[in-house]
Amino acid sequence: MIGPMKQDNPPNSAKQQTPQGNTALKVDNLSVVFDVKGKPVTILSDITFSVERGETLGIIGESGCGKSMTALALMRMIPSPPGRIAGGEVNLNSENLLEVTKKRMSAVRGKEISMIFQEPMTSLNPVYTVGNQLVETIRRHKTVSATEAQEEAVELLRIVQIPAPEKRIKEYPHQLSGGMRQRIMIAMALVCNPKVLIADEPTTALDVTVQAQIFDLLKDIQQKNGTSIILITHDFGAVSEMADRVLVMYAGFKIEEGTLDEIRNHAAHPYTQGLLRSMPELSTDHDAFRTPLPEIPGSVPDLINRQPGCPFGPRCPSATAKCHEMPPMVDLGANRSVMCWLAVEEGAA
Amino acid sequence: METGTQKLTEGAEAGTGVFVFEESTSKPEIKWRETVRLFCSNIAALLGFIVLVVFVLAGIFGPTLYPADPFELVAAPLSGPGEFTLLGADYLGRDVFIGILYGTRATLLIALTATLVTVFIGITVGALAGFYGGMIDNVLMRITEFFQVLPPLVFSMVIVAVFSSDILVVILAIAVTTWTTEARLTRAEFLKIKEREYVLAARAMGASNLRMITRVILPNAMPPLVIAITLRIGITIIYEAALSFLGLTDPDVMTWGKMIGLSRDFFFDAWWTVTFPGLAILLVVLCIALVGDGLNDAFNPKLRGR
Repeated sequence: MIGPMKQDNPPNSAKQQTPQGNTALKVDNLSVVFDVKGKPVTILSDITFSVERGETLGIIGESGCGKSMTALALMRMIPSPPGRIAGGEVNLNSENLLEVTKKRMSAVRGKEISMIFQEPMTSLNPVYTVGNQLVETIRRHKTVSATEAQEEAVELLRIVQIPAPEKRIKEYPHQLSGGMRQRIMIAMALVCNPKVLIADEPTTALDVTVQAQIFDLLKDIQQKNGTSIILITHDFGAVSEMADRVLVMYAGFKIEEGTLDEIRNHAAHPYTQGLLRSMPELSTDHDAFRTPLPEIPGSVPDLINRQPGCPFGPRCPSATAKCHEMPPMVDLGANRSVMCWLAVEEGAA
Repeated sequence: METGTQKLTEGAEAGTGVFVFEESTSKPEIKWRETVRLFCSNIAALLGFIVLVVFVLAGIFGPTLYPADPFELVAAPLSGPGEFTLLGADYLGRDVFIGILYGTRATLLIALTATLVTVFIGITVGALAGFYGGMIDNVLMRITEFFQVLPPLVFSMVIVAVFSSDILVVILAIAVTTWTTEARLTRAEFLKIKEREYVLAARAMGASNLRMITRVILPNAMPPLVIAITLRIGITIIYEAALSFLGLTDPDVMTWGKMIGLSRDFFFDAWWTVTFPGLAILLVVLCIALVGDGLNDAFNPKLRGR
């Protein structure tokens, strides 16, 4: 079994009491800036969200909207230079991860907060056996002997449902299929039973059946260990299957947040509505396939020469003159918010 | 459909070109075994390897099995091959064969040690520059360029002339002047490999910088470095020979270059004094080049079948 979580209290942690005892991770006004040719370009603007224990938060958005950057920023792994975290707080275990020392951060990574990546094909080191890589990760975070670590590695592979783990552990990554490699990545991420698991498009490179297996596995682990999962994806199907709550991102902004049901059935932001419309649906009506899928016209705004006003304004079907100004974040209840002038007007009316 | 393309790219990336079946239960074939097989199928490389092994064995066991003093005067000065000794004698009557045999040990020892030091400096500088980038990279690369613009042989000569012609100084003089190639190669490999996803993944698992450099990136950078190191041994032998030829070497140690240097005035009267040590250098350096070439082919499957 995965060993009990060993709590080591960092000496220099900012002692902040989180008001909700059940919040695993709380992100406040996280901003990331990249210096492009000497000019600062804001990649993430004031991202605020929190994840409860045992909850899955889906972060959805199109390519380049900052989903993966959010994940990297939480791990403090933004490539620097040119990137830097310009401000905000990431609170985990009542310590602000953006303020702890580099050494402490590297101890937190893989232990309290883990990440699995998009490409299981390339996420494992090709020169070591999977067992070797697992053992190394185990011994990085726990003081155990090599044989104990080896046993633990086999046990982890069993947890992620790899058949014949004793045999697989001696194999090299190129001998395994994509699904198996992703399972091994998950096993590695689970070594210390982390509080938060960030899954950055974990199933994009896998086919649909394997995708379903991986999601089942993640849900299983979540139920057993109470892990909070942040699922980053561009696939609404994946979000529908996994997420409890959804955060929609566009051009580095959080534009809408709500429960899965709220987002799916009562999307407030025109972008979210457009995303939902452009999702293909299975239908028995053959004519339905002949009508073209609706799309959101235009493309993602250029972050380098950002225009003032709502980032989605130029593509928005309901844009008005007011959208040349930046819309505020409108609170629509607990963990439900939208960044749009339409919501402001509705609230006023 | 989709998995098909994935498996193809997987094969290409793993560098084996072998199609790996998804639920393959066949015995795992480890990559280096494939590399060894490819190397052995290259006749020239295998031949070079065998000749090298002979030289190395001669260097290790020769002096023990054939105890003699290479500086002892044993034959008539400038006597030809077969007259008194197998390969003739030099202008003082020293046995050329014994000189070559004892020179093997000294030459290979100096070459290997100097290569080790060269590679150590080169990999350290290249790894730090490539991994950290930014200011560290800038400073280290400017230092590398400084060493690169100096002609290495002249630089080594100056070092040996200024300090002493002790064997250790010779080794360091060669190493200090020639590490730049390895540094640049290591840096280039690091720059390439550090962008790979498994490096990011290792960082996400909490790997420290030292671990990232030594355990994650360096092993993946090894194939081109192994080839460079092999070729470096050959180059070092030539440097050592050149320094010895100029008399910039330990007076108590017989090396091939020194034999050529000492006998250079007698080349037209007694060709054997210069030719046989020269042939030894030629043969060893050629064989090292063949082995290096074979390793290159074996590590690089794209060159296979040519």
